[in-house]
Amino acid sequence: MGRTLYQKIYQSHVVGSLNGSTDLLFVDRHLIHEVTSPQAFSGLKLAGRKVRRPDLTFATMDHNTSTQVRSYDAAGETSRKQLEALAANCAENGIELLDLYHPDQGIVHVIGPELGLTQPGMVIVCGDSHTSTHGAFGAIAFGIGTSEVEHVLATQTLPQQVAKTLKVEVTGRLSPFVTPKDVILAIIGKLGTAGGNGYVAEFCGEAIRGMTMEGRMTLCNMSIEMGAKAGLIAPDETTFAYLQGKPHAPKAEHWDAAVAYWQSLYSDDDAVFDTVVSIDGSQIRPQISWGTNPEQVIAVDQPVPAPESFQDLIKADAAKRALTYMGLEAGQKLTDIAVDVVFIGSCTNSRIEDLRAAAAVVGSQKVASGVRALVVPGSGQVKRQAEAEGLADVFKNAGFEWREPGCSMCLGMNDDRVDAGQRCASTSNRNFEGRQGRGSRTHLVSPAMAAAAAIAGKFVDISKMSVTQGAQA
Amino acid sequence: MSQIFAKGLVCPLDKNNVDTDQIIPKQFLTSVSRDGFAEALFFDWRYQADGSANPEFILNEPQYQGASILLTRTNFGCGSSREHAPWAIQQYGFNVVIAESFADIFFNNSVNNGMLLISLSASNIEFLFNRCKQGPQQWQIDLANQEILLGNNAAVGFAMDQDVKQRLLSGLDFIGASETLSAQIDQYEKQRRQATPWLG
Repeated sequence: MGRTLYQKIYQSHVVGSLNGSTDLLFVDRHLIHEVTSPQAFSGLKLAGRKVRRPDLTFATMDHNTSTQVRSYDAAGETSRKQLEALAANCAENGIELLDLYHPDQGIVHVIGPELGLTQPGMVIVCGDSHTSTHGAFGAIAFGIGTSEVEHVLATQTLPQQVAKTLKVEVTGRLSPFVTPKDVILAIIGKLGTAGGNGYVAEFCGEAIRGMTMEGRMTLCNMSIEMGAKAGLIAPDETTFAYLQGKPHAPKAEHWDAAVAYWQSLYSDDDAVFDTVVSIDGSQIRPQISWGTNPEQVIAVDQPVPAPESFQDLIKADAAKRALTYMGLEAGQKLTDIAVDVVFIGSCTNSRIEDLRAAAAVVGSQKVASGVRALVVPGSGQVKRQAEAEGLADVFKNAGFEWREPGCSMCLGMNDDRVDAGQRCASTSNRNFEGRQGRGSRTHLVSPAMAAAAAIAGKFVDISKMSVTQGAQA
Repeated sequence: MSQIFAKGLVCPLDKNNVDTDQIIPKQFLTSVSRDGFAEALFFDWRYQADGSANPEFILNEPQYQGASILLTRTNFGCGSSREHAPWAIQQYGFNVVIAESFADIFFNNSVNNGMLLISLSASNIEFLFNRCKQGPQQWQIDLANQEILLGNNAAVGFAMDQDVKQRLLSGLDFIGASETLSAQIDQYEKQRRQATPWLG
């Protein structure tokens, strides 16, 4: 019987069997950041252990950093201590750190691929749930907790059990205005926030093949939002072309061998998945979340659903609570709802292509009066490129704040927060209660939809905008 | 052989999809310590905007003070990988969480801290919630026999991964357990360097 892509990568990383059904898997890349690593380093020290493979460990500062000032002090005293702890731990253990002052610093899931650290066939872990992003390259990539971070630091391995496999096929071609963000929101809407629990999801089909690496990263990034352990896309020429020449990509003398290996990374025709889901990509419309978890999503031209429209009592109850929290009523059109804040950024949508799509919608227009709008590029590289392409000027001229790279308002660990009761059009990944600030009301959208909301001061169905203003598919 | 893993008062938290941002909000994540998170647990639900206790939140109700078993519904712990979530739950005093289902990362993080997470069918969860409506419940968890002892000879059995069960019963240091395979890790690294030299 054939094997799935996940099974191929998993099996090639088994170091040994621990007991029963638990294997010890080798980890090719361990990415760390300031928030989930300090306790791991303390634990390591306490037990008298060393970092086994500092050369496979890479660090950045992203979660609690200021996006206004490049300084450890800028986000408060406890944040400063955390940043200093990471710098000290990296120095002590010989780990490469892209600190706040490094030109390539940025969100861990933006810089890993950018630097070529992320490659097909790898096992990649990080103390952050959105590590699933790296699956876009055909790697098994997943988020871990701090105890596991300590385990990987000590052994460069992690105990794992084989996950179930889920195939998500997106057929057909996407309409103009429909982006990878809309595709993953539509998938989560269909499968639910727990639909992927216990599974590794592989995305395939014509719509996925047509996506750029940035788009694939957006898709895999949010596979955790349906509970999947990881999301995967088989590598192809698009993947190889993206990687070639990246600083940590295989050098010339290994390139051909690496590509030959990567070309073996696909699910065999006769591989059997535990579950298969198929979605017609041509039917997906621009999406927007209306509730307080990412499955509570609709196409932007649909009315807000009534709780009683859900047959499942749990979903009906969740809808009722969500409408109360969000200050919405069943039947409303979100295109009638005003926004207070617009956030374009996060590990989901802060890459160059996202900023291009947003800037294309903005053009020479201005941010609506009374709307606070931020663009937070995902990394130093993205920021420089956006400035070189003139995108930064488009945003600044329109009245957007143009910030330094970091996680920012996605989770509001720094001072970028949404106030209680305020409504935010956000390109991030979670619309949980209080996620962007206590009492904040988050609507998840694509960069083009967020930009359109900033200009109009309310949500907009971008598929109804004129073509010249439209974002690229 | 019966082995009581935990016993105590049950707090029924009647919510689905409790995410890690609710379990412990962002502002508590800047600590470099593993301790001090008990007060942060369910912060936005537990405290009102002015800092006073929210009398309507179940953890603040007098009859649930001292609870050590948390009963909840589906997909508990979804969201981020923050281990601060199980730390906060455990430091508050809960060492057992019973739910219909858990998010994967949260489950692993909890086990790595020696907590027992029990998954039950929707009908059994409903049965336990109904029981809680009859008055404060004191339950015992028999891990060896995989049973929740409800008192008066009533019990609900539960399934669990046997590797996880062994770890909880033996209290093994999981890094130490993996280190017993260090010769195999050496061997794997050697072979990896030869087969895929570009990986480092």
